[in-house]
Amino acid sequence: MMYDWLYNLTGNEILAMFIVSLLPLFVFILPFALFAVLMERKVSAHMQDRLGPMRTGYHGILQTVADIFKLLQKEDLVPTATDKTLFNFAPLLVFIGSYAAFAAIPFSGFFIGSKIDLGLIFIVGVTGLVVAGILMAGWASNNKYSLLGAMRAAAQIISYEIPTLMIILMIVMLTGTLSLYDLSELQTAYFWNWLILGGPAVGLQKILLIPFMIMGCLIIYTSTLAEVNRTPFDIPEAESELVSGYHTEYSGMKFAMFFLAEYANMFAVSAIVAVLFFGGYQSPFGYLGNTLGWTWLVPIEQFFWFTSKGLFFVFVQMWLRWTLPRFRVDQLMAFCWKYLIPFSFVILLLVGLIALM
Amino acid sequence: MRDYIYNFWQGLYTILIGMKVTFRHLFVPAVTIQYPSVKPQLPERERNRLYVNMDDCIGCDQCARACPVNCIEIETVKSIPGEDLGTTSNGKKKALWVTTFNIDFAKCCYCQLCVFPCPTVCIYMTDVYEFSEFQRENLVFDFVTLLPEERIQKKKNFEELQVKKEAEKIAAVKKTAEEKAAALANKPPEPKQDGKEEIK
Amino acid sequence: MTQYSIQNTKDSKLKTEEMVLNMGPQHPSTHGVLRLELQIDGEIIIDVVPHIGYLHRCFEKHCEAMTYPQIIPYTDRMDYLASMYNEFGYALAMERLMKIEVPERVEYIRVIMGELQRIASHLVALGTYGADIGAFTPFLFCFRDRERILHLFEITCGARLLYNYIWIGGLSHDLHPDFIRLTKEFIKDFRPNVKELNELLSYNRIFIERTANVGILPIETAINYGVTGPNLRASGLKWDLRRDDPYSAYHKFDYEIPVGSGEKGKTGDCWDRYYVRVLEMEESLKIIEQAIDTIPDGDVSSAIPKRVKPPEGQIYTRVENPRGELGYFIISDGSLNPARVKVRAPSFVTMQVFPELCKGFMVADVVAILGSVDIVLGEIDR
Repeated sequence: MMYDWLYNLTGNEILAMFIVSLLPLFVFILPFALFAVLMERKVSAHMQDRLGPMRTGYHGILQTVADIFKLLQKEDLVPTATDKTLFNFAPLLVFIGSYAAFAAIPFSGFFIGSKIDLGLIFIVGVTGLVVAGILMAGWASNNKYSLLGAMRAAAQIISYEIPTLMIILMIVMLTGTLSLYDLSELQTAYFWNWLILGGPAVGLQKILLIPFMIMGCLIIYTSTLAEVNRTPFDIPEAESELVSGYHTEYSGMKFAMFFLAEYANMFAVSAIVAVLFFGGYQSPFGYLGNTLGWTWLVPIEQFFWFTSKGLFFVFVQMWLRWTLPRFRVDQLMAFCWKYLIPFSFVILLLVGLIALM
Repeated sequence: MRDYIYNFWQGLYTILIGMKVTFRHLFVPAVTIQYPSVKPQLPERERNRLYVNMDDCIGCDQCARACPVNCIEIETVKSIPGEDLGTTSNGKKKALWVTTFNIDFAKCCYCQLCVFPCPTVCIYMTDVYEFSEFQRENLVFDFVTLLPEERIQKKKNFEELQVKKEAEKIAAVKKTAEEKAAALANKPPEPKQDGKEEIK
Repeated sequence: MTQYSIQNTKDSKLKTEEMVLNMGPQHPSTHGVLRLELQIDGEIIIDVVPHIGYLHRCFEKHCEAMTYPQIIPYTDRMDYLASMYNEFGYALAMERLMKIEVPERVEYIRVIMGELQRIASHLVALGTYGADIGAFTPFLFCFRDRERILHLFEITCGARLLYNYIWIGGLSHDLHPDFIRLTKEFIKDFRPNVKELNELLSYNRIFIERTANVGILPIETAINYGVTGPNLRASGLKWDLRRDDPYSAYHKFDYEIPVGSGEKGKTGDCWDRYYVRVLEMEESLKIIEQAIDTIPDGDVSSAIPKRVKPPEGQIYTRVENPRGELGYFIISDGSLNPARVKVRAPSFVTMQVFPELCKGFMVADVVAILGSVDIVLGEIDR
């Protein structure tokens, strides 16, 4: 694949490995994070009948670049009474937790960072580091309100991991594989082979599975929305009733790390939903490269489909943010434990029964 | 149990309706006006910075009295006889030189109360709103058209006139006192009148 | 959301301590400079002590040094979101004191301006309430509609927020020739926007969860404290000064008085207070339509006295502000300046009942309750 191609090209193992590991980070994720910030501002502006950034560059394209320059030159304030090690390390942990998940996500049939068999478990485990980072940020800030916000964030993320895992378990039961690459390869050819429409196997099982798959998709989308702290679950970060949550005391580049990590996380969970239910990088109707005979076009097309599906789900996340008000903390927990978890259990059982048929 | 399912369905349904509203608004053109490249069209009765047309000002002080925050400062000087100050646009003849007419726009509350009492409509509100300054003193606008030397000159003229009038008054009083003294020396004594019959 | 009882924590063996949390004068969610001292036990509120006075500008003392027409720009600045009504109340009080009869056209125009101002004020209340709860989009939609109303005011008297329009004995300008056409267009465009606001915010399940059964104001408590306006009507009592103590031309129009009905929770909770304001906007539209269609001709400045010198005496007049009963008590000693002007501000009275509303609810609910009660600090502090 990508690694072999690069090895053939350069003849050097280490150089090939180096490029393969850095490529998704610099070519895709960082530019994506910059693009997502601008997209959020423009989408929110047009939904609210206004224009958004218009002055930096043509229609505001260079706005995020300007923001990054601004954050780079800001003074890096570290309050004196904080726990300095934890304070400095927390943004790093949140950043690592969000970006490391991209190692196991297949960007196209040709390129995947690391083709491990336990892709899904790796992703869920690594995004759990974010909780540790948030708690460290809240505690080290030496601020009553940050601590409150951080504890709520931790409770929220931990609770919402459970429905996520239930639905992932459901997919694993049906398909028998944890690797995201194999899951994408499974949903080949046309869109009726996608898992949201029952999977590649034809028969009664496929028809019966459709309502459960749709429910499962909704549940995992909602619970991953809570994992990335987006409205309506943004108690930790938006102006809560007191102040700005766990990243109040951060300024300059550290704040930028929290910020960019949030957008990267959004894309990661959208990518996961796309891979699990919507065919990953597979195109809904065949490949132009195959019909024309140019097989080198196929990976590029696959990358295009993957990105558009990911961007579509990111757009839906932003759409939800600007439509819905915020939950209160106890209502948020009630929603998870009283609604999502029972539903996901029931779906798991029923899908298991169907899979036995 | 029924409430449970109802709550869940209600939640989903209202969220979808809300999303439909926001999605529809994506295609509504924006209502933003991109100031400062596009400036909004202000209506004709707009109340922004004041303007005083000193040719029409008769120095009546009505606007300064009407102002609720005392931001208009007017000082006038009477003219000496023989000077022609001109007439205002609606025919009034001016009789006072206005030597100070300061409006402090940092204090002005743009209430328009000074515009209505003016008999010649020389103070009115324009639609200028972009007049910020870096120093607070620059917001005190001086509307008088006389040059500083002329102002001093007019004041001096008036003072000289006052002095002359005082001198004339003293001379006139002196003269009447002398005349009275002279008349008293030459007048015959008057018969005394009995006023008792007049009282009724 | 039910009110939590604090008895359990008192009986338990663990000793808990009350914490004092300060929602300071500068805060994104308090509407103005208000300091709330919250005494909380964990998450539950035991007492709220509001500290006001950060916006005190000595309005009542100023009035004693100025002539009666000069006071009108100052009354504008008390409740700066509903300036027309402040002027309206003051002009009405002075006209009753001086026994001036204003022409009918003046009455009709005052009613139209007052009702437009009521819609504008309610739009701010609803928009900022949504923004406090977390829904940022309805805030912008409300302000977009409010811009149209402010444009209507701008073409009439030249100012967008602080008008100096309603004078003692009449008005400063007559209606602009385009006013009626633009108002009719506005009404036509506004009704679907109210429906859209309902779809986006009022009937949203999450919003209902946040506001229903929170901050319940029983009728008895409201009457005892003297709460008026939409807050009282949301608790169930149909009391509106436009109907029960009519002034100006309100008796000529046909409109309903919306009352809170406990549709989504108990009567008198935050959702009711919010929804009564939405319904009131619709009623105001009805009044404006009727007034515009039947406005008589006349001269708006014929009854304005040259010098305002009222006879000796005192008077109390009350009007229905968008926030409640706004009262003016004026003592005149026969000279050009008043001896005393006292204003009964509705938000001030509402702040008295605010601690009662918050007891037993969680810290997150304080913001919801404060937004639903719709206070303006300019009015409280004067």
